[in-house]
Amino acid sequence: MKIYRVNMSNLSFSIEDVPEEWEMLGGRGLTSAIISKEVDPACHPLGSKNKLVFAPGLLAGTMAGNSGRLSVGGKSPLTGGIKESNAGGTAAQRLAKLGVKALIIEGIPEGDKWYCIHVHSKGVNIKEETELLGKNNYEVIHTLTGRYGENTGVMTIGQAGEHKVLAANISVKDPKGHIRSAGRGGLGAVMGSKRIKFITLDDNDGAGIDIKDKEKFKNAAQLFNKGLLKHPVSGDALPKYGTDVLVNILNEAGGLPTKNFRMGQFDKAEKISGETMYDKIVSRNGDPTHGCHVGCIIRCSQTYNDKDGRYLTSGFEYETIWGFGAGCLIDDLDIIAEIDHVCDDIGIDTIEMAGSMMVAMEAKIIPWGDGKGVLNLLDEVKNGSYLGRIIGNGADFTGKAFGITRIPTVKGQTMPAYDPRSVKGIGVTYATTPMGADHTAGYSVTSNILKVGGHVDPLKKEGQIELSRNLQIATAALDSAGLCIFVAFAVLDYEPMTQAIVDMINAKYGSDWSVENWIDSGKTVLKTEKAFNEGAGFTNKNDRLPEFLNEPVLPHNAVWDFTDEELDTVLKI
Amino acid sequence: MQVDVKLFASLRDGNFKEKMTELNDNSQVIDVIKKYDIPLEKTAICFVNGRDADNDQVLHNGDTVSLFPPVGGA
Repeated sequence: MKIYRVNMSNLSFSIEDVPEEWEMLGGRGLTSAIISKEVDPACHPLGSKNKLVFAPGLLAGTMAGNSGRLSVGGKSPLTGGIKESNAGGTAAQRLAKLGVKALIIEGIPEGDKWYCIHVHSKGVNIKEETELLGKNNYEVIHTLTGRYGENTGVMTIGQAGEHKVLAANISVKDPKGHIRSAGRGGLGAVMGSKRIKFITLDDNDGAGIDIKDKEKFKNAAQLFNKGLLKHPVSGDALPKYGTDVLVNILNEAGGLPTKNFRMGQFDKAEKISGETMYDKIVSRNGDPTHGCHVGCIIRCSQTYNDKDGRYLTSGFEYETIWGFGAGCLIDDLDIIAEIDHVCDDIGIDTIEMAGSMMVAMEAKIIPWGDGKGVLNLLDEVKNGSYLGRIIGNGADFTGKAFGITRIPTVKGQTMPAYDPRSVKGIGVTYATTPMGADHTAGYSVTSNILKVGGHVDPLKKEGQIELSRNLQIATAALDSAGLCIFVAFAVLDYEPMTQAIVDMINAKYGSDWSVENWIDSGKTVLKTEKAFNEGAGFTNKNDRLPEFLNEPVLPHNAVWDFTDEELDTVLKI
Repeated sequence: MQVDVKLFASLRDGNFKEKMTELNDNSQVIDVIKKYDIPLEKTAICFVNGRDADNDQVLHNGDTVSLFPPVGGA
């Protein structure tokens, strides 16, 4: 494999050998290593010194189930720290098949033209782009599929990225031509700062995937894949209900943040639940079970149609439904689906937009529960109006513009769908992960609520710091392998799974890692990211939850009661 | 005594969403599970009044019992 380096300042491209220190890195491990090495942590994230790195994981393109996740790295314009955004879709496997270990994009073009990049087996073309500038993501994907064929990978920014608003994401085409998102942290704005509208990937005649010991790999992969199917969460619940099944669980547990983190329960939870979604999907001839990349065994995605049976959205996640639903008090799943579609189309993070909308409702810009109002504000974001730019810059920026103090962010990024007071393990992750408030970075909900990997009482402090720390480490290792985070359910409950991952890595690369080596690789990623953030000016003061969470939350009157000293021990690894 | 029994996800199939249930005093969570013929291995998550409960937890009048099969997400 090679490092592909595109320089937008002089519109040139070079292929480099992989330095030895990056050989055993992939996915997030690689993007964070490259950003840490090559980007000045004090740089302006929308300036010429920031870089954008796309990397498939260590196992991309193999027969390992769920191994095709893409990592995108850079300095985040939203948090001001290091960011890895993780997406499904077909890009990672195509990059791997092309022999691209990482695609690094640096510099900013002179003048004011926009560009597109085409990656193929002979190299890279950088061309001026005018036709699709200003167009929605679905239209971009559709047009490029027509232009280059079905078998083309597409990574694109919508109008949000073109406007460089801080919540802009990067969209990745999935096997059905629908949209997956490298969602959090505004890397779409970084791509927009380099005036790249889209990147296409043609992996025909690509070098293919190299595996040193094919027999050993196959045996480990078979065990791994069987384990994914056998576990009831990855094998049954996620394919049928998708992630939205969490609405009712968190609601019953009193951890569903409602009306901008005022309560832990939403009286309309049933109307936006996974059970309701499943019934609607089936009755409207949608598809409740759909994989976001080839080789995804878990298939947690779906096709959600409107009441006339027309496609409305896909990849319709708990986070999105919680944010606009319980968070903003919108109880109509169809309106939330339309919001999801618009966010995908204009290329903006749904969690961050839910944060912006909650704050906009605090500021009385629109009323609580006003779904049409949310759609109107998203239209402003799309058009780049002054109000749209405020909203599109996320919850923190919106709160500052309107004098609101109840802003649900950590390191400038909106907190996801779990109340940190009544799901304390996730609160520890929100505070301490280098990513900003992020649930996937150390998903303590597994043990706090779902009884996967043991049980740690969500309402007590005991065990949460260790839980969050261990999950942050393991997740960093999984992200580097390119594995979907949902393999974690089987990995946490079935010990041979971890060994199988290590066996697959060793079989592919000819390495001799132990499980401990693999865990250590996760620790290295976290240390690298923390060091970058320190260089960017972060201190332990940034590892805290917002002040307004001092109040208790019903139904359990749960409080956030970790001390500063306790939180400072989490990432001492 | 009366408890409010709520079933979720696949536990609803062939059963109900929510039902007020009469039980003998000192009944436990397991008695609710048995009463509604729910296979034990399917009840992965149980809350009583929103807090995690084991099968042998004793119930009181007015309790809410929420039962889930193994589910997950993010």
